[in-house]
Amino acid sequence: MDNVTRRRFLALSGVTAAGALAAGATQVNWSDLMAAAVDDPLPSDQSVLVVITLYGGNDGLNTVVPAADPAYQKARPDLAYHENEVLDLGEGLGLNPGMKGLKGLWDDKRLAIVRGVGYPDPDRSHFRSMAIWQTASPKSPIPTGWLGRWLDATGADPLRAVSVEPTLPPLLAGETTAAASLPLRGLSLPGGALGTAYAALGKPSPGEGHWQARAAKSVLDLQNATQVLGKAVKSGHEQEDDDDEERTKGASAGGASQLGAQLELIAGLIEAGVPTRAYSASLGGFDTHADERGTQERLLTELDGALTPFVQRLQKTDRGKNAVVLVYSEFGRRVQANGSDGTDHGTAGPVFVLGEKVSGGFFGQQPSLTDLSNGDLKAGTDFRDVYATVLHQVLGADPAQILAGHQTTIDGLLRA
Amino acid sequence: MTEISERAVVRRLNDRFGFGPAPGDLEAGVDATVRRLLGPLTDAAAAALSPPTGLEPPTAAKKQDKDAKKAANKQRAAQERKLTLWWLDRMVVSRTAGERLTWFWHGHFATSNQKVRNAAWMLAQNQTQRRLALGRFGDLAQAMIVDSATIRWLDGQKNRKGSPNENLAREFMELFTLGIGHYQEADVAQAARCLTGWVLRKDVATFQRKRFDSGTKTVLGKTGDFDAKGFANLTLAQPASAGFVIGRLWFRLVSATPPDAATVARLSAAYGVNRDVRSLLMAMVGEAAFKDPESSLVKQPVEWAVGLLRALRLRPSKLEEKEQTKLLAGLRGMGQLPYRPPSVGGWPAGASWLTTSAGVTRLQLAQQLAKKAELSAVKNEEDVAALLGVDGWSERTKTALAGLKDPAQLVAVAACSPEYVVSG
Repeated sequence: MDNVTRRRFLALSGVTAAGALAAGATQVNWSDLMAAAVDDPLPSDQSVLVVITLYGGNDGLNTVVPAADPAYQKARPDLAYHENEVLDLGEGLGLNPGMKGLKGLWDDKRLAIVRGVGYPDPDRSHFRSMAIWQTASPKSPIPTGWLGRWLDATGADPLRAVSVEPTLPPLLAGETTAAASLPLRGLSLPGGALGTAYAALGKPSPGEGHWQARAAKSVLDLQNATQVLGKAVKSGHEQEDDDDEERTKGASAGGASQLGAQLELIAGLIEAGVPTRAYSASLGGFDTHADERGTQERLLTELDGALTPFVQRLQKTDRGKNAVVLVYSEFGRRVQANGSDGTDHGTAGPVFVLGEKVSGGFFGQQPSLTDLSNGDLKAGTDFRDVYATVLHQVLGADPAQILAGHQTTIDGLLRA
Repeated sequence: MTEISERAVVRRLNDRFGFGPAPGDLEAGVDATVRRLLGPLTDAAAAALSPPTGLEPPTAAKKQDKDAKKAANKQRAAQERKLTLWWLDRMVVSRTAGERLTWFWHGHFATSNQKVRNAAWMLAQNQTQRRLALGRFGDLAQAMIVDSATIRWLDGQKNRKGSPNENLAREFMELFTLGIGHYQEADVAQAARCLTGWVLRKDVATFQRKRFDSGTKTVLGKTGDFDAKGFANLTLAQPASAGFVIGRLWFRLVSATPPDAATVARLSAAYGVNRDVRSLLMAMVGEAAFKDPESSLVKQPVEWAVGLLRALRLRPSKLEEKEQTKLLAGLRGMGQLPYRPPSVGGWPAGASWLTTSAGVTRLQLAQQLAKKAELSAVKNEEDVAALLGVDGWSERTKTALAGLKDPAQLVAVAACSPEYVVSG
């Protein structure tokens, strides 16, 4: 597809479509890569990035709560937390009461909160704003995700990045490479004549169409992913979704469930030393237009219950100590409550960065609740500053190459 | 431009306006196939399958009563399962484009029972989409904006005079009728006011005048006391709307490459002031792009599975309960369960269905279904090509299949081949 077509494609098909945009043009010598991956696991001093996407637009103001600010109480009479309800972080801010484990990590200086993160001219569409965060291109739609471009730049190996979500998120789709995806129940292929015949479908066939070639390449990628990643997965544990009513009230904007199981799988892969440097997981349900307090608190409790043991587990191994976790959502929500005890789509929000290599504490300015733009918060930190920081310090890449020249980083967020 | 063969056109018609060819379908000519799929005849085979009954949601359990809650969740899951199997069955037996377009509209006005939690409402929405599948798009959009499942999904019942909720208003313009970039933030806020007044009663969405904001609104450049219907009409009348709807149908039924301006103009003429979907589809079939070898599409998991069931003469309702469970688990594993789109934006497309995790599940499901089928006539790769209705095998696939003797294995591997996973 040409660029215009791709752009149109992205616009038409919404947030999950950019996964479709990574063209399989580069021929990779798979046997070499395979041998390298099996014989030469990731050195334990190489750091790893785990990106967690909260789909639906998490309400930042009820996550890192300015409970002491009278303007906050006034804007959300029925939705606001009082000072004595939140977990005090200092500077007049407190964590949502559902995040007790993260409060412990904060006290241990393992949680950094970058406040007021966003981008210029905020877009209030879930799909457009999520595409902006995942492509790191706020001005014009582009067909590649920011970690996809990192994949392209570092040798087009799909095993360098792994998604544990049901469908591949756009952030992991590059021009020539898309990350591998690993279901929670693990990967395994049959052996014998059936396995051999199936594997033979992975060969390219001269003259076949674009999509047929992509389908053949996906069979080949699967063979390799199964050999490298399949072993690291002990046993499948896909549970029934928890479809409790409170849990699903904000569910119309995508994202996965079972974050705990996703992170457990990632922890196992990191500890096994698979040659993967970037992981993606997600949690959906944050589109809280109505009855927000119960729903969001429950989701943040779920996030807390998944993230806390994950970060604690990582601290126990050398490989885990080199992992950095990034948590973001496509936008925050309107300062003013909407009258159905919820909030409509807004702008800037906090980004969490966690891990042994993180310098805990606040970064960036807390957005003002009185100096608003059309009723919404003004972003003080560009989201690409966060990306540039982890690209440079976690993945050892040149941010400017991947972020269209953007290279501003956040000083002191990560330890050298 | 080179064209695909006449037989391949017939196969493509079956893929795009049905769920793949049933045994014998490829013997028909192009005109007869178009008449069968897009003509005025009703789909007697599908209509013979009456929808499930007893889908009314269980009465709400008390918050503290864990056992009652569990029982209610179990009942809801059983209802959804019944509904899903019924629809899959309809897809398998369907003979006209009606069922395929119902499937398309389900992805377009994407609504998930995850949040709706009411199988009766999901069925009602589904039946409305079926009734209007090839009719006037305006009628469909009008019906969807006040549909019970849509309203619950996008918080419409919370939207009332004095405290608007923007969820439905925004998604209706962005995803259902206009597309992003063809409205302003102020239009979203004003449109939300037009959509006030709707509440959800036990059976159906109802309009309550006292909750409706009857003041003057300015939406998309027009000022007046608009209600839901008035707002829907305003969006449909926008010049961008026809191109948006045409683009969405084209993307799923013809090609991932958008139509050029001249094509859009021809298709818009066929769609016309009546916004007639059937005429539009007929015009799409007549476009050169429909016969272009480049116009290939990766089958969505439901299309792939239904096509395979149909070719193997299997019916979801006739499978043992255990096998039905595996079928539904397989669809979930590939990332696509009917009545469960991942978001209001609908399902992804193209390479999103070619992930490593989807590949593993596809092979498992193909093996499972092949084992249940009567395959005594299948001896070699040519028999499998005829059974699945593929145009022909590449040397690669021929070589892969040559190593297999067992008919079920032959079918399972063939069903995972690029030639079958993609609608060429």
